[in-house]
Amino acid sequence: MVTNRKNERLIYLVFTMPATIAFFLVVIMPFAIGIGYSFVDWDGIVLNPMTFVGLDNYKRIFTDERFIASALHTLIFTLMAVVTINVTGLALALLVTSKLKGSNMARTMFFMPNLIGGLILGYIWKFILSDTFRSIGETTGWTGVFFNWLLDPLFALFSLVVVITWQMAGYVMIIYITGLQSVPDDLIEAAKIDGAGAFTRFFRITFPLIMPAVTVCIFYTLSNCFKIYDINLALTGGGPANATELFAMNIYNEIFSYNRYGYGQAKAIIFFFLVAIVTLTQVALTKRKEVQL
Amino acid sequence: MKTGRKVLSAAASVFMILLGLCFLIPLYIMVINSFKNRAELYMSPVALPTVLRIENYAEAIDRMNFLTSFMNSLVVTVSSVFFIVLFSSMCAWMLARTDDRKSRFLYFAFVATMLIPFHTLMMPLVQMMKWSREYLGIPVLNTRYGIVFMYIGFGMSLAVFLFHGFVKSIPVSLEEAATLDGCSRFGVFFRISFPIMKPTIMTVIILDIIWIWNDYLLPSLVLNGKELRTIPLSTSSFFGVFTIQWNEAMAGLTLTIIPVVIFYFCAQKYIIKGVVAGAVK
Repeated sequence: MVTNRKNERLIYLVFTMPATIAFFLVVIMPFAIGIGYSFVDWDGIVLNPMTFVGLDNYKRIFTDERFIASALHTLIFTLMAVVTINVTGLALALLVTSKLKGSNMARTMFFMPNLIGGLILGYIWKFILSDTFRSIGETTGWTGVFFNWLLDPLFALFSLVVVITWQMAGYVMIIYITGLQSVPDDLIEAAKIDGAGAFTRFFRITFPLIMPAVTVCIFYTLSNCFKIYDINLALTGGGPANATELFAMNIYNEIFSYNRYGYGQAKAIIFFFLVAIVTLTQVALTKRKEVQL
Repeated sequence: MKTGRKVLSAAASVFMILLGLCFLIPLYIMVINSFKNRAELYMSPVALPTVLRIENYAEAIDRMNFLTSFMNSLVVTVSSVFFIVLFSSMCAWMLARTDDRKSRFLYFAFVATMLIPFHTLMMPLVQMMKWSREYLGIPVLNTRYGIVFMYIGFGMSLAVFLFHGFVKSIPVSLEEAATLDGCSRFGVFFRISFPIMKPTIMTVIILDIIWIWNDYLLPSLVLNGKELRTIPLSTSSFFGVFTIQWNEAMAGLTLTIIPVVIFYFCAQKYIIKGVVAGAVK
């Protein structure tokens, strides 16, 4: 009996340990060590001294104009992108589920950009939004729209919104499609017979019923936009003049470009708290609005 | 009336397909410019090329070290995904089938850490890699097994979560019957539970392939050597400090997208299912 129980324990460890060890070494330990680093002043060079500065790094963040600017840009970008991605994705889902011929093909095309990595997408769009747009503007004379977007601080931020919408609209479309397919047809038919127009049907029946899909999509887009890095790096590189340096890039630059390891890590810890707060609040808020049939 | 409706629906279909094609315009621009010479490219990026300059591709392959980086991406992705699936399914199964405090705590730890962004872990992780070589004599930086190990660690949270949810939905009775027939725990897992998990296995495989194949930041921190570069790292070689050779770059980007497109068309059904299953996290 005793050996049996010992055996059970051993089996338990064999099953759980490989996953747990990898996870512990790659996620938990760096996280804990990272908290430690956020209290020191260090330039990343092993031979140079590391000095304990307590909460100074955290205090400094609140007066760091560049970080505050990047926070603001991230906020504007995230708000715009979450709206455009979800509106586009839902519109595409409605279009694709409207029982038209060719909807499978259209769905395939809309989803395509999602499989391509952010870095590569960023590079493709960099060419389009700079050289291609400028060239179109020169030939057509519509220079109000077609100019090098990446040289203008505001339009460079819009560029990021455009690219991430292009990438993620197809993804949220897929989730909205499953949501829409779960809306019972007879409910829509009944509303039609009662004389509800297309808009009323959508906003009064379909939309409340797909609220679970909305939760999932907003949660997903919110945390992804907030953490965006690859597209930012490839498309704008933070420019012009740091106007599009978003959170993740600001942290990366602080640590690896300016070699302020302690201070940069303090920012990274704040970043973690922001991501956690934003996503948890969002889930709590939208969960309440879901309608159960 | 009937024909009017048919015309309308046909028009809507055409509109939808056109919209789909509009979605692919950036890829079209990429492909047409990958065949141009520099002068033609700058004259008009939207015009079709007059001569097909295949040399762009040869130069791009050379510059990116395409075959090597393709193989690197393949090796890293396949081995990471293999171990993620194996370890996470084993762990999640055990955690779901053991109802005690430590299993619940471990599961909670896996799930809660999904909130941690990579940027919070990146610097300490790089330090740990350096310590590993210095104090333990195990080099992690610039090794393939090092990056595979890290992908295993990062991939655990989501995979354990997905498998755990699925295992909870399979009745225990089948496993109990097998145990009564004298099947060991390993036998129960590998002969009975693991095959039943196939839908989740596909989901995890798809999600992790897309993630690891396209990942840039982690390889950029771990792999410095040219001979170890993965595809995303090698594309950045076109975008140096000086002027960008756009025609060559476009050829290179086209090359990197071709495997993705092939993968998409072969596994489309699974990809879409996987995305749906993975999103409801």
